[in-house]
Amino acid sequence: MTKPIIQFKHVQKRFGDNIIIPDLNFTVNQGEFVTILGSSGSGKTTTLKMINGLWQPSAGEILIDGQQISKLDQVKLRRHMGYVVQQIGLFPHMTIAENIAVVPKMLQWSHSKIDRRVKELLELVRLEPGVYANRYPQQLSGGQQQRVGVARALATNPPYVLFDEPFGALDALTRSELQQEIKRIHESLADKTFMFVTHDINEALFLGQRVMVMHKGQIIQFASPEVLVRHPATPFVEELLGTVQQNENLWRHQHD
Amino acid sequence: MIEYWNENWPVMLEDVQQHAVMVLSSLGIALIIAIIIILLFLRRRNWLNGLVYFFSLLYSIPSFAFFALLLPVSGLGMRTAIIVLTIYSEYVLLRSFITGIREVDPQLIEVATGMGMTKGQVFCQVQLPLALPAIFSGIQVALASTMAMATIAATISAGGLGQLLFEGLQGQQVVPILWGTVLTMALTLVCAGIVQFFAWLLTHRWKGVMEK
Amino acid sequence: MIEQICRYFQTNSGQYWQYIGQHITLTLVTLAISMVIALPLGYLGSRNKVVANFCVAFAQVLRIIPSLALLFLLIPFIGTGIIPALIALVVLALPPLLVNTILGFNEVSPLYKEVGTALGMNSQQLRRQIEVPLALPYILNGVKLAMVEIIASATLATYIGAGGLGTLIFTGLGLYDMTYVVIGAVSVAILSLLAMTSFDYLIRKVQKHDETNYSI
Repeated sequence: MTKPIIQFKHVQKRFGDNIIIPDLNFTVNQGEFVTILGSSGSGKTTTLKMINGLWQPSAGEILIDGQQISKLDQVKLRRHMGYVVQQIGLFPHMTIAENIAVVPKMLQWSHSKIDRRVKELLELVRLEPGVYANRYPQQLSGGQQQRVGVARALATNPPYVLFDEPFGALDALTRSELQQEIKRIHESLADKTFMFVTHDINEALFLGQRVMVMHKGQIIQFASPEVLVRHPATPFVEELLGTVQQNENLWRHQHD
Repeated sequence: MIEYWNENWPVMLEDVQQHAVMVLSSLGIALIIAIIIILLFLRRRNWLNGLVYFFSLLYSIPSFAFFALLLPVSGLGMRTAIIVLTIYSEYVLLRSFITGIREVDPQLIEVATGMGMTKGQVFCQVQLPLALPAIFSGIQVALASTMAMATIAATISAGGLGQLLFEGLQGQQVVPILWGTVLTMALTLVCAGIVQFFAWLLTHRWKGVMEK
Repeated sequence: MIEQICRYFQTNSGQYWQYIGQHITLTLVTLAISMVIALPLGYLGSRNKVVANFCVAFAQVLRIIPSLALLFLLIPFIGTGIIPALIALVVLALPPLLVNTILGFNEVSPLYKEVGTALGMNSQQLRRQIEVPLALPYILNGVKLAMVEIIASATLATYIGAGGLGTLIFTGLGLYDMTYVVIGAVSVAILSLLAMTSFDYLIRKVQKHDETNYSI
């Protein structure tokens, strides 16, 4: 049942003399929802960008579905790997429908198939197709835009979707709404592997089936949320969890 | 070339002087009008946009045609030239002033208002100083284009360095054409240097700090 | 005056349309040549600092050389007629095209390029689907400015024997006959205004996604 789908073996990444990631090893299984938690400079985004080949590792190897990424056609690989970023990055000169259809068009799907898919996806992210399909990104709110961002990433039904702090710039209410949605979407689609980078511990614990805690380019702990909470591996993880505890205390205090 | 200068320097200097008077008085008038327009219409965005578009239409009229068109109205001579050059620089100045003022970070304006500044104080103490670099670059552009355009004013007997160009054209001589070109460019550079100096005087304190 | 203008059109309309034709042909040929030179060069300039610096320096120098001087300076070397006029006009049209093309491609946010790459676009698809459409309003603005510049300078090209509507103004000034001057000047002004407003319309059209934007 568990099939390794993304593997990092002794991966190193440096920019000039600056070593961001000294030696990274991990395995993600098919269908998992993995969150990568870390502060800025922890190497979490770098890790994500190496999975879809936006950045190349300086040493070591990355295996996607058992094949070395350096030997794959990366343009082709990326078309089967969804990608959602914090800045959303919808193309401003294309309508919502055109944005979602970018990759299907490159794969030369038929018009009717693309239309059907766009409608299906807009429904999946709960945007009324009749209302939104022909609008331009700037006519939508931030939360709505990111829903489209998610829809675009899912357009070709890719086996992997990468999220780079997708909800970081949204307000708290919209964020928690979208968190629920993304969890629902992952559960409703079989065998999709989601990699989700975040600096928000609550988000990481809520979404991840496993949470990878990163610090200074290294994995501090990689475990399920339950294990993480019950058996934090290091004082650093404890400290991280402490902030959650503080929040909860604050709430309890106010409810008393 | 030196020989030509030795023979004709009094006339040439007179041309330079006429050219400078023509350009600088146009720029001066345009500057005053621009300031009045900005002060009157700053808060009426649509009026201002309309006005700028109107000037952009005038700006697109070729200068040779514009000079010629005003002949029946204001006759031959420098007065017509100054009117035309003023209108051309008006567009450049207005556009750069407005962009400069509008590009000031709205947050700063909010903060200033929040601190209790009146609209006038916000304009004088926040918007205007921060827009200065854009304003001065607009003046530079207007200066360069009016300097070049003023050569055409020689066709309507307004004098200036264009006379040297036409003298060369009629006499089939390169030297006066070269002198006309070189003197126009030199005059432009000198005036641009002076404008630059003023800009530096007004902004060097905070700009120098910002660039560090 | 109006009577005289009417009489001109009754007797000389053939000549008038010939001038118009010359003016438009000269403008369009110049525009085509300068675009062929400037657009690829500008694209290169957006990726290569050296090319960009060269283009900007070239534009700066040209800005302070009077267009009249540029037209006249070529006469001793290549004489008068259409060809020298064409060369001078192309040189004059290059700066706005170069500067705005470079600006346009530089304004395309790296974010869109990264997202495009991440979606699996190769460099050609990235250029065709993302970079060119997003740079297009700037490029069109450059074309507009170049066109206005060419129409204006083509009026002066009559002095070096290239014909066009400038001839009417030139003749009128020589004879101090306002009829010719007004006909020539109004026609050139209309030509220029038409060019500008139609480009403004076009730019607004390609920018339809951006409703908040206005150009001044």
